Amino acid sequence: MDHPGQLVQYVLTGLSNGAIYALIGFGFAIIHNATGILNFAQGEFVMLGGMFTIFILSFLNLPLIPAIMLAIIFSTLVGILFERLAIRPLKNVKPLSLVIITIGASIFIRGAAMLIWGKDTHALPAFSGSNPLYVYGATIMPQHLWIFGITIMIIIANKLFFSYSILGKAMRACAYNAHAASLVGIDVKIMVLLSFMVSSAIGSMAGIIIAPLTMTSYDVGIMLGIKGFCAVIIGGMSSGLGTVLGGLLLGLLESLGAGYISASYKDAIAFIILLLILFIRPEGLFKQKATQRV
Amino acid sequence: MIKEKRQILIFTLFALIVLLAPLFLKGSYFLNVLVFIGINTLLAVALNLLLGYAGQISLGHAAFFGLGAYVSGILTTRFPVDPWMALLAAALCAALLAFVIGFPILKLKGHYLAMATLGFGIIMYIFFNETVDLTGGPSGLSGIPNLRLGQLIFDNDRNNYYLVWVITLGVMLLSINLSQSRIGRALRAINDSEVAARVMGVNARILKVQIFTISAFVSAIAGSLYAHTMTFISPTSFGFNFSVELLTMIIIGGLGSMYGSFLGAAILTMLPEFLRVFRDFDIVIYGLMLILITMFMPKGLIGGLEALFKIVINKIKGGAQNVKR
Repeated sequence: MDHPGQLVQYVLTGLSNGAIYALIGFGFAIIHNATGILNFAQGEFVMLGGMFTIFILSFLNLPLIPAIMLAIIFSTLVGILFERLAIRPLKNVKPLSLVIITIGASIFIRGAAMLIWGKDTHALPAFSGSNPLYVYGATIMPQHLWIFGITIMIIIANKLFFSYSILGKAMRACAYNAHAASLVGIDVKIMVLLSFMVSSAIGSMAGIIIAPLTMTSYDVGIMLGIKGFCAVIIGGMSSGLGTVLGGLLLGLLESLGAGYISASYKDAIAFIILLLILFIRPEGLFKQKATQRV
Repeated sequence: MIKEKRQILIFTLFALIVLLAPLFLKGSYFLNVLVFIGINTLLAVALNLLLGYAGQISLGHAAFFGLGAYVSGILTTRFPVDPWMALLAAALCAALLAFVIGFPILKLKGHYLAMATLGFGIIMYIFFNETVDLTGGPSGLSGIPNLRLGQLIFDNDRNNYYLVWVITLGVMLLSINLSQSRIGRALRAINDSEVAARVMGVNARILKVQIFTISAFVSAIAGSLYAHTMTFISPTSFGFNFSVELLTMIIIGGLGSMYGSFLGAAILTMLPEFLRVFRDFDIVIYGLMLILITMFMPKGLIGGLEALFKIVINKIKGGAQNVKR
């Protein structure tokens, strides 16, 4: 430990990565709660967000904000196509088949991205310049602030949507009991489609705000996807505070581990945490059950 | 032992074709491809034991393949260990690892099992890459000696062909036997409904770990054979993509069918060899195949062929009946 600034730096990096993991985790939770499916293609939407934005910026020469909006719309369209073509036609399938189909979709999207955009790593320009700010000897890029700001906004919007809007309540009703929901007049199919839309939109947003910091390429989806899954597992499969804490915890452990233990094992740290959580407490760290048990 | 006569006949026929094939094949390139098909068939059979028989998915099987290759490679290049002993050590190592992680990992079901095995595979891949002193890291490990039996050295395609295929055929035979034994029926029961299997007195927990261990053991043998025939290994062969490729092989071929494993392995090994275009499109096509086969042909090509065969038979019989009338 050379100077205290370094610790602050690791914490900041960890928190901003963690915020991204939490957003990706939300995507998992929304689809899982609506359909019982664990969408292995979730990470690909994160990749699509970043790649679409870069593509739109360079080929259509649009300003940043419309480009981002268009990228989110494109990614959501891919999410809709995925649901309509590969998920909805299925009837009474085993979970195993769903795992295989979402994995198939995941590598299909990744492969298509590779064919269209090549194997190069691309950088998205930072949203508001790259003049660093200095806090306690640590460097913050303005992009970090964007990440924190946008993540907090999405968390609040998510909470408002699911707690107060009719649509959000209908989706929660489906998650609770799809059959009962259909009896009171909720169109379950639409809700499932909607869950895919919301989750691909949130996923692509995560991919867009992280891309200026970490660069992006056709194959970033798998790592980000699994880390998002790790966050949502720690949070007990909810799209709420648990997953946010899970993401931040994972981001911090990963960043501190990379800083003080070994940078080359950074990814391994995340996966070891994932396995430990799955082995020891698959219901999540913050579930009520856990407090009752003690 | 195999009880049905038809099964014995099919296997004998298959084995004969495989063992006699080199006599009719000219040119070592094709034999070389067939060696790889053999190794991939062995891996597909191993994964099929777990997924096709017991219904437990693994997205990290490339890790056991890699572990086998690396244990064998490291023991024979850095220590004066006989390649056969290295092969045995590699298989035991993978089996031990599978046994240890099997208990916690196989408690998980469906999606969670898939994620956990995926995580395990990636952790192993990171270790293959990062323990440079041991594995040579990303630049790989070279100079692995060939296997030998007395004067016979397995250093050319023809010898390798027999080496790999004799082992693969042996494992296939054992696997077919297993499916018709008490254990095979218990595994199928777990596949259909684990709760029901437990109620019937099947010790599902132990049995799942056992089949996982056997599957890892066989995968590591494949890895060791790969290391000793290629004489060079590097981590890229043992990553997540290869785990998915193995999954694609058995889904295409047919879950639970050993001949399906061969068919899937053969198709996925040959496509990139003979279709250059395929090399750029491979993961797109794998993805599409996984989706389409699972949606429309859940029993794979073998299942499809059997259905077709039955339709043809029925047509012929039906035709005969019509004539009688």
